[in-house]
Amino acid sequence: MSSGVDLEHVTIRFGDFTAVDDANLAIRKGEFFSFLGPSGCGKTTILRAVSGFNEPTEGTIRINGSDMRGIGPNKRPTALIFQNLALFPLMSVADNIAFGLEVEGVKYVERRRRAEELLDLIALSGQGDKMVSELSGGQKQRVAIARALAVEPEVLLLDEPLSALDLKLRQHMRSELRNIQQRVGITFIYITHDQGEALTMSDRIAVMSAGVIEQVGDGSTIYNEPETAFVASFVGENNPFYGKVVKVEGEYAQIQNKFGLLRGRNTQDMNVGDAAILFVRPEALSLVEGNDTTPAENIIESTILAEEFEGPSIHIHMEGDTEKRISFSVSNEGKGTHLKVGDTAKICFNVDRAIVLPEGDLADE
Amino acid sequence: MSDFLSVFLAVVLALLVAPMLQKNTDTVWANLRQITFVKKNGVLVSTYLLGAVFIWVGLMIVAPQLYMVDFSFRDGAIGGNPDAYTLKNYSYLIFGRDSDENLFNLLHLQIFLKTILASVGVTLLAFLLCYPIAYYLAQSTKGGTTRLFLIALILPFWVNEILRAFAFRILFGSSGVINVTLMGMGILDEPIDFIKADVAMYAGLSYAYILLMVFPIYNAIESLDHNQIEAARDLGSPWWRIHYRVVIPYAKPGIASGCTMVFMLSAGALAVPQILGGPSSLWFTQIIYDWFFTGGDWSRGSAYAFVLLFSCIIFVLAVMKFFKVNLGELAK
Repeated sequence: MSSGVDLEHVTIRFGDFTAVDDANLAIRKGEFFSFLGPSGCGKTTILRAVSGFNEPTEGTIRINGSDMRGIGPNKRPTALIFQNLALFPLMSVADNIAFGLEVEGVKYVERRRRAEELLDLIALSGQGDKMVSELSGGQKQRVAIARALAVEPEVLLLDEPLSALDLKLRQHMRSELRNIQQRVGITFIYITHDQGEALTMSDRIAVMSAGVIEQVGDGSTIYNEPETAFVASFVGENNPFYGKVVKVEGEYAQIQNKFGLLRGRNTQDMNVGDAAILFVRPEALSLVEGNDTTPAENIIESTILAEEFEGPSIHIHMEGDTEKRISFSVSNEGKGTHLKVGDTAKICFNVDRAIVLPEGDLADE
Repeated sequence: MSDFLSVFLAVVLALLVAPMLQKNTDTVWANLRQITFVKKNGVLVSTYLLGAVFIWVGLMIVAPQLYMVDFSFRDGAIGGNPDAYTLKNYSYLIFGRDSDENLFNLLHLQIFLKTILASVGVTLLAFLLCYPIAYYLAQSTKGGTTRLFLIALILPFWVNEILRAFAFRILFGSSGVINVTLMGMGILDEPIDFIKADVAMYAGLSYAYILLMVFPIYNAIESLDHNQIEAARDLGSPWWRIHYRVVIPYAKPGIASGCTMVFMLSAGALAVPQILGGPSSLWFTQIIYDWFFTGGDWSRGSAYAFVLLFSCIIFVLAVMKFFKVNLGELAK
């Protein structure tokens, strides 16, 4: 069975420090939901509150509609997968997987049968008698998942379980996790600071910063329609242009920037005079060739600071309006670029590929 | 006795000096330098290390013990023949004198058995007291608090064992702190004789070796990843099962090490039973002591001491086998 998880005005404080500030969220049944944010943003605190290891200072957590306050982690219909997996090193793989069943008083033979079933699910059939130390990183990962699934939780909580794996294995485990989730059909709540993981696996993502949930939405919404400067800068690469809104017209807003007037979509109802940041993704920027006069607006003229050749594409860094450089790529046409470091070049972008957001803190690089 | 010693010393000398006396001394040295241990540490350091270990283990532990073994097989009684070997010191512990009424030496056997069983009891008591403390210190407290607790545990051990034993006498005596308090509160009408009931002795022994139990267990539990405890809890485990299935198996080497030390030292304790023991109860070590210093029969004392030593070793090894602990793990 699968359950939804509701957070209602959840605030969690440790002394004077507010780790989570008024989180409101409804995670649906059977959803793969990710909390995405830099370390220290409070995402693990939320996870531990859902699993019962700490209680919200204020607010309510509901699982399947019932208030979880006062119910310990051993009594909640959740199972947590720890960042370091926390497998029991002195037990065999099968004993690890069946630990939750042992606690429930399931008889040995039945326990063993269930463990074998789960070993099949995680493609480790017949390896139940091995010790945990004999497994590879990815296998341990899968055993940890099986151990959590053995107690048939309604919600599975995963605390950056892939962070210890190397890149290749991590990418493989992403699709594996997604597969397992679809097969067992229960709610997965996934914590990560890796946007790639969040974007590829999740049905929906909550982006967090400094204890606050900045935005909730599916991957493409988070990426294409960021609502705050933090989300725009944290998820994917983005080039910020600071300025004041000077004109609002239809769906667009225009800002006055060091490089001139720049126009982008105004999704957040900005008004004339507001401090704003216009964000343009690297893939939306293109070079204006020498005599081309087609683009009528959104032209930025700046100095080239660096060029990085990367095979299929060439990264170009230009001087921005702050210390942050403007970065974009041009595809490799086989001849390299005719641009040199120190030259001045013009770039432009389409008005629909830029978004004007209220000024706010950007994510650290 | 002198024969034994001279043979022993001769062997030692031969081993030490022989290589030097050989004609081809250079070859011997060259061969010595080929040994990995010498290569790694240099001639000087390896000589020191081997020499120190040899003096420590060989001269200070093995040699006197062997000497005592030899002693235990001789007739050391006044008027006996000290040159002939005999088993009578050992048989005395079991059967007593031929002229005794009972077939067995019930008095000594009972004391022997009581010493072993009581030591087991003391070990269990110390474990029950120390495991929660060690677990709490290792998993639930932060740096500063832990240090404070550990210092509070260590400081009392600056006071010497005799003084601590006497302090317990004051605590448990018939006009001692506990009795006076209980009577003052009206709970007791007349004092309980804690000393006669051996309560004071068991308490004193458990207290005397508490550190030797706390530290190995603390060390073992401290390295346990707290996530494992949380993982077990998350999987629905009640607290006792977490200890039984996760913490105790992990801390087993530490527990074994603590229990072994407390058991061995309790069984071999002398001062605490002497000071806190009831008038009618003897510890086996007190009998050994009496053979040496009151009875003047060193041979019989040696025999008794060896019986105690070997019984304890066999007992400990058997228990370790039962709980599947390797000897090597004790040193972890």
